Amino acid sequence: MSGHSTYKPGPGIGKWMDDRLPLARLMHDSFVSYPVPRNLNNFYTFGGILMIMLVSQIITGIVIAMHYVPDANLAFNSVQDLRRDVAYGNTLQSWHTVGASFFFVAVYIHIFRGLYYGSYKAPREVLWILGVVIYLLMMATAFMGYVLPWGQMSYWGAQVITSFFSAIPLVGETVREFLLGGYAVGNATLNRFFSLHYLLPFMIAGIVILHVWTLHVTGQTNPTGVEVKSKQDVIPFTPYATVKDALALVIFLAIMSYFVFFLPDYLGHADNYIPANPLVTPAHIVPEWYFLPFYAVLRAVDFNIGIPFTEIVLIDSKLGGVLAMFGAIAILFFVPWLDTSDVRSTNYRPLYKIFFWLFAINAVFLGYLGSRPAEGIWIPLTKASTFWYFAHFLVVMPALGLFEKPLPRPASIMDAVMAKADGAGASAPSAATSEPNTKG
Amino acid sequence: MTTITARVLSPIRVLTAGLLVAMGVSLATPANAASGYPINKPREVDWSFSGPFGTYDKAQLQRGLKIYTEVCAACHSMNLLFYRNLADLGYTDEQIKNYAAEYEVTDGPNDDGEMFERPARATDRFKGPYLNVKEAAYANNGALPPDFSLLAKARAPERGFPTFIFDIFTMYAENGADYIYSLLVGYQEPPEGVEVSEGLHYNPYFVAGSALAMAQPLYEESVEYDDGTVASLDQQAKDISAFMMWAADPNLPQRKQRGFIVVLFLLGFAGLLYATKKKVWANVPH
Repeated sequence: MSGHSTYKPGPGIGKWMDDRLPLARLMHDSFVSYPVPRNLNNFYTFGGILMIMLVSQIITGIVIAMHYVPDANLAFNSVQDLRRDVAYGNTLQSWHTVGASFFFVAVYIHIFRGLYYGSYKAPREVLWILGVVIYLLMMATAFMGYVLPWGQMSYWGAQVITSFFSAIPLVGETVREFLLGGYAVGNATLNRFFSLHYLLPFMIAGIVILHVWTLHVTGQTNPTGVEVKSKQDVIPFTPYATVKDALALVIFLAIMSYFVFFLPDYLGHADNYIPANPLVTPAHIVPEWYFLPFYAVLRAVDFNIGIPFTEIVLIDSKLGGVLAMFGAIAILFFVPWLDTSDVRSTNYRPLYKIFFWLFAINAVFLGYLGSRPAEGIWIPLTKASTFWYFAHFLVVMPALGLFEKPLPRPASIMDAVMAKADGAGASAPSAATSEPNTKG
Repeated sequence: MTTITARVLSPIRVLTAGLLVAMGVSLATPANAASGYPINKPREVDWSFSGPFGTYDKAQLQRGLKIYTEVCAACHSMNLLFYRNLADLGYTDEQIKNYAAEYEVTDGPNDDGEMFERPARATDRFKGPYLNVKEAAYANNGALPPDFSLLAKARAPERGFPTFIFDIFTMYAENGADYIYSLLVGYQEPPEGVEVSEGLHYNPYFVAGSALAMAQPLYEESVEYDDGTVASLDQQAKDISAFMMWAADPNLPQRKQRGFIVVLFLLGFAGLLYATKKKVWANVPH
């Protein structure tokens, strides 16, 4: 897709620079002349939104770090001082906290868009895997960021998450102590989490560059799943995708601002306004909403796995839960090979479409289950929901590709676009120019 | 094709049936057996600071300060606030100076290396009733009276499904103030058959149990208001709750004003972008 560069440097300094460091050419080829399929819908705008969100988080984070004190005795009050006495501190801190949540809103939409349109299929396996790596790094960053205000949920969340590592056989306790910098969550933990929370976003930025690079090598998918075949199928990134992405971004930011300014605590947990207290355990320790599905998977395994009819335990419930939780994320790495269908877009897979939406509903439900206490009816529901999560990847995805009869696909992107225009044009001749905005 | 569909779908049918049966069971058993607190949901009050244009009622905050000073401050600290913050309540520098001067704080060391007592100034933090948390807990039979600074944000009983979704659209963020109000007016005799341990006081609005260590702090006419407002229990409970909301979120009015401008700007900008996009894409089939 990279194709031939159409960049024409200006005379003088432009030409001089282009012969030595063609940075302007790179930008031009990547964000101006870069060809994108003409039929992308609004779900394809979230990649750009995510890039802006990353920058927004880094900038607000750097300023907050100027006021934050990574000390177990001072951290909690330093955040409050920022909110109360620093000019715009209140806005800045809410923007960063709520921004983290909206970063995940965007990434979840982005991931589900990729799953729906088969964006992980050849030749985009590496693109997908890099995306999952970014997602993993985002989770680590978000978790460590949540610890920094040193409230009750910060402290006890850190306690729970780091205890996962002690489930590793033989070396578990050592690994945990290494992470914590001691035998329990304390000042040393806070210090290293602060350091890592500052480092990881830049690692994310690095991988984002690779992610975009691979994207520009393979080209984007599109709702038909048919590869770009001719120049007719594509349009230049600027102005078409630029203006579309900008509109989506501004609407996204407007929704986010509504939360930042009017409901800043809606997505958080009230207990985090209580300073960390190692002697008082909160009634229910729950992670931030974006981790809830995985938290539910963790708790679904409450039984030991051993050799049947013997007392031998191979995997105790704690290790089992941790393996299931990490497995729920790790399984995403294998999606390109678990899906056996050679049809990319779910639009042309009537059977898989049902299962896709079942999976999406189940994932949301799993999140709700993660917020419930582990008691009563919630336990069997969590198990069933977790089972379905894995079954989707391990059974439905491989099996459907072998049996399913896909619908006929268009010969090219332009064909699909023209067919749609004709369909609309049959009733209203001018529809091609007045309708398109419904599809973005 | 259809047989395959049926074969693949049948596990779902089984699963769905299982879910329905499971939900039936959940309806049959008492909901939230172990985590059913608070027993009563907080009562919702119509606050001046709710909604997009919400702001604090200064007269109410002044009445709240009076309750804090005369009743609550006997046990509860408020150490994230400075006396200077009282300017938010409409007090003059002179009034704040006089209010602060009522308290003695420890300063130092001086040039002789000794700590000394002096009247508090506007730049000092609110002086708490106890030297430290250990003393505070000891003086209250081990039940530490929580600091007031963030209490209105730190107490938020779960709203439950689907209320928490409606809350987004109704802009409901007064959970903490509603909770404090409900707790203060909620003290009552325990119902028949409910045992309350020695030293605890029954209150169905308490977030972590059926009874709490704090005895009912406010009664009719616990304070005498300077502005002539009748100090009913209901009025006092509202005033102190509003005051605590201010203590937890003093920037709330500025935040909402700022938010209104930001959201309005972004929506206007989105409108312009929409028109631009329509124009740019007008002759491009897609």
